[in-house]
Amino acid sequence: MSQANPAQSDAIWKLLESYRPNPSAPDELLDEFGQLRPAWSGLLSHLAGQTPETINSWFKRGDMYLRDSGVFLRQYTNDVSRERPWPLSHVPVLIHEREWDEICRGLTQRAQLLQQVAADLYGENRLVRDGYLPGRLIAQSPEWLRPLVGVDPPSGKYLHFLAFEIGRGPNGQWWVLNDRTQAPSGAGYALENRVATSRVYAEHYAEARVHRLSGFFRDVRASLLNLRRSADNHVAILSPGPYSETYFEQAYIARYLGLLLVEGEDLTVVDGEVCVRTVSGLQPVDVLWRRLDALYSDPLELEEGSKLGTAGLVGAARRGTVSMVNALGTGILETRALMAFLPRIARHLLGEPLALSNIATWWCGQAAERRYVLDHVDKMMIAPALSTRMPFDPDETTVLAGELKSSVYKTVQHLIDEEGENLVGQEAVSFSTSPAFVDGRLQPRPMSLRVFMVRTDDGWSVMPGGFARIGPQEGSTVLNMQKGGSVADVWIISDRPVDTRTALVSEMTAEPRAKRGALPSNAAENLYWLGRYVDRAEGFARLNRAYHSRLADAESPSSPLLRHLSAFMKRIGLDTSEAMPAGLVSAIDSASRTAGSVRDRLSPDGWAAISEIVDTVHDEDEELDPGDETARRMVWLLRESSGFTGLVHENMYRFTEWRFLSLGRSIEHVMSLAWALASFLDPGAPDGSLDLALEYGDSTISHRRRYAFIASRKSVIELLARDPLNPRSLIFHLDVLKAHVEALPRAMENGHPSEVYSQLLRIHTKFVTMPQDAMNSAALLALRSDIGAFSDCLGRTYMS
Amino acid sequence: MRYDISLRITYSYKAPVWAGRHMLRFVPRDLAGQQRAIAASLDVAPVPSERSTFRDFFGNQAHEIVFSHAHSRIEFSLKARIERHVQVKEETSGLALDALPAALNDVHSLAPDSPLHFLGRSPRIRPNRQLSDYVEDMLPPDVGVADTVQILGEALNRDMSFDATATSVETSHEEAFAARHGVCQDFSHIMIAALRSVGIPAGYVSGFLRTTPPPGQARLSGADAMHAWVRAWCGPELGWIEYDPTNAVHVGVDHIVVAYGRDYSDVSPVKGILKAATDQQSRQAVDVIPLEDVPG
Repeated sequence: MSQANPAQSDAIWKLLESYRPNPSAPDELLDEFGQLRPAWSGLLSHLAGQTPETINSWFKRGDMYLRDSGVFLRQYTNDVSRERPWPLSHVPVLIHEREWDEICRGLTQRAQLLQQVAADLYGENRLVRDGYLPGRLIAQSPEWLRPLVGVDPPSGKYLHFLAFEIGRGPNGQWWVLNDRTQAPSGAGYALENRVATSRVYAEHYAEARVHRLSGFFRDVRASLLNLRRSADNHVAILSPGPYSETYFEQAYIARYLGLLLVEGEDLTVVDGEVCVRTVSGLQPVDVLWRRLDALYSDPLELEEGSKLGTAGLVGAARRGTVSMVNALGTGILETRALMAFLPRIARHLLGEPLALSNIATWWCGQAAERRYVLDHVDKMMIAPALSTRMPFDPDETTVLAGELKSSVYKTVQHLIDEEGENLVGQEAVSFSTSPAFVDGRLQPRPMSLRVFMVRTDDGWSVMPGGFARIGPQEGSTVLNMQKGGSVADVWIISDRPVDTRTALVSEMTAEPRAKRGALPSNAAENLYWLGRYVDRAEGFARLNRAYHSRLADAESPSSPLLRHLSAFMKRIGLDTSEAMPAGLVSAIDSASRTAGSVRDRLSPDGWAAISEIVDTVHDEDEELDPGDETARRMVWLLRESSGFTGLVHENMYRFTEWRFLSLGRSIEHVMSLAWALASFLDPGAPDGSLDLALEYGDSTISHRRRYAFIASRKSVIELLARDPLNPRSLIFHLDVLKAHVEALPRAMENGHPSEVYSQLLRIHTKFVTMPQDAMNSAALLALRSDIGAFSDCLGRTYMS
Repeated sequence: MRYDISLRITYSYKAPVWAGRHMLRFVPRDLAGQQRAIAASLDVAPVPSERSTFRDFFGNQAHEIVFSHAHSRIEFSLKARIERHVQVKEETSGLALDALPAALNDVHSLAPDSPLHFLGRSPRIRPNRQLSDYVEDMLPPDVGVADTVQILGEALNRDMSFDATATSVETSHEEAFAARHGVCQDFSHIMIAALRSVGIPAGYVSGFLRTTPPPGQARLSGADAMHAWVRAWCGPELGWIEYDPTNAVHVGVDHIVVAYGRDYSDVSPVKGILKAATDQQSRQAVDVIPLEDVPG
């Protein structure tokens, strides 16, 4: 790495003017002599001498990227769940590759050790028999899953994808704080952090000699695909669903790696094999990358009350037909008390000490350990022995530095005497610090790293980088890491130029990434309803616009036309006394909810467009005035909505998923337009109803160009019902439906149209052959109900 | 003693159910020296689309069946001929209660019969303060483990009333104990929680009771359906003993063991996940006839 010249050097020291790390903890940026660590000189030279405004504008580029990609974090506060913007700390943590190599060696050894421990705990149980592990600790853990005892994973390996939380202790050595073996999250966030941070340092990143992440994700994809029994079978990410904290990341990884994203109810077990319900029928799934905790994965053999799982999954594991990453039951390795025994187990199983220590841990189920913990209680965190949570999880620690948090016991001594077996003492962790920009200046903040590894044919591959947590306050004790921190990218700096092949997954392999028709039935249903809700909301907005623009033109609410319109709106669930009718808001909320469930299938732009619509109807800053203001708000809403529709139609690949979205849209359109026409074209409808119909059908201009200035019942029917060139007409959408259904899987069975296709063909023919004068209100209402029945049949055939 | 056992469990649904996967555990076990299944057959109607059997962690026989067609009624029927022997145990109260922790420290096994599985919490058993106070008041100093089992079993039998209608399979042991009533499942769960509260490993046993008592003896409660009782570990010498708190008796040849578990959740006779939950009714009919009584 080039040395900074003297002028730059001055600028760097100016940048560090107020950077004062705590002398009792190591710092990532400055060594113990206060000298800049070499890995950082490139980045700091880049920052040095820039005005705060410039640096700020760089940071904004990263924030903008995150916002545009819809990166968020779901958080639960007092049972209320909300999405929070991604808290990126713009300064990455820099580590030199020499040091990183040592971390990798240590974690690889640990991964091998954990694999052996898992194999023993679900196999021969020699560690318990020979006294290396207390049996009751394992027997008492809810994560030791008895139905999986004796069940060998198909690959012979329990662990395929791991994460470790590590930190740097006061002596400068790295130590392991936590093993994530069950369903580690965060790799996708690491990738998003990288993209955002590389935007921030766009002018520097290319020369920065930062190891790229793409190779690691290539390894992840290859190892998942290698676990398949047949190349035709699926690899899926098993998600707890859109309400899980890290759903965004699950959807992101699924999209990035081209894997199916499924929930428990998408899966079923047939003849001992796991299958996904798709619109093309059942398709085999060989590999599940689990983001769902094992305990909830099978209500038949594990947690009975779980609604997230798939009955029979454990049975499939027993038969060896499905590979799980990681195997069911590996959550036991996350048990905090295990850390007390791993150092000795390492010497026993591997014949060598742990290369990377874990934080010192004492299980209080043993007399000597109990005494030690009590004697050193001021330097201890005391927490549940069987906990699998992070050491700095504030809810978990019962005692910190001798101070008893809420407990039924009066003293720590009493607590440990009574509950010892259920407790561990752990050395109160301290962390190294790393720079963050706070109020425009670099400040040291405590930091821990999450490192990811995947098993490949050539051994463990470690992501060269990761995910850093940055504490919100100064100081480096565990307290400073609790709640409200931010996250940062991790750069592994090389002395040599790095391999910069880009990460585009499409380059990974020539294999098509998504199979035609491999659309889970639930996803199809959500896309279908998304289409329906969006079209419904647009129809509602048009009606509301028609009503309020007439009010704005000084028409009285009690005029026959407005009374007629208001009565119709009421019938379909819109209350004209509300400027922003609850029915409209609810259609939009439903659209947003269903969109959230298929986030892996929508582009970030499509998602952003939906979010904007939601913001528009939930704008609580102002009370809308009826009349002009409301009419204008509706125009705005319609513009945003057509933005979304446009994005979808311009950008969505013409897979089956697009067909379901479009089917929903056309079905809703036909049903609501038929209903509106039945009302507005009724011979008894008041004057002005024909114009209203044209306005609702968004065809006023077309009518003027095609027919006369004055609408007649005949011209309106012709344009809105029968004109195949008018993209708003009934027949246009019936044609769309026909084209889609024809192209769906299983549309033809043994050379004959399927039930659902036949049903649609009958409706279509009946409508096309209907004489114009027969197209009265009754015929329109009949069409509406026929399409409703067709929709039910579509649902039964493809969406359940 | 030989028995012919017949069990019929039926479920009927108001509306047809589309599919279902069930796990069945009601075929009696083989237990070396204590119990032998001479013959057993399990019939399921309608005929399931899949059917398989395996031994679960605790060694119980589990049947997994799948219905993939609509059905509005399911019938499981078991016919089994079982030979049951008296378990000969030393006339000793085994270990003193105070000596149990040390004995447990010497257990280095996670085998299915290891006492370590049966301590502390399990899916349906949690510590219950009221119950542990109740237990503490009852035990004399220097009591033995086996005596504790009997003292607690008799006390619960005395203080609780058998009531077949007051509780359901979902009733917690805390609720049942607070109201001092329940069926064999409640009696057993309460006794398990009580034993574990003083550190005695305790588990759940599901099984059958002979339907008609031997001449001159009273009919036991719980013979009309599947029964449940408790087993407790009394140290390495005496091992496991079984006690039926519903009837305040040590388990003998009148009891036929189906399954061992930590609590009901490990051994429930029928676990089923139904695709559509509709109103359902279930019925159980049991006959346990000593072979001498079988005509012909």
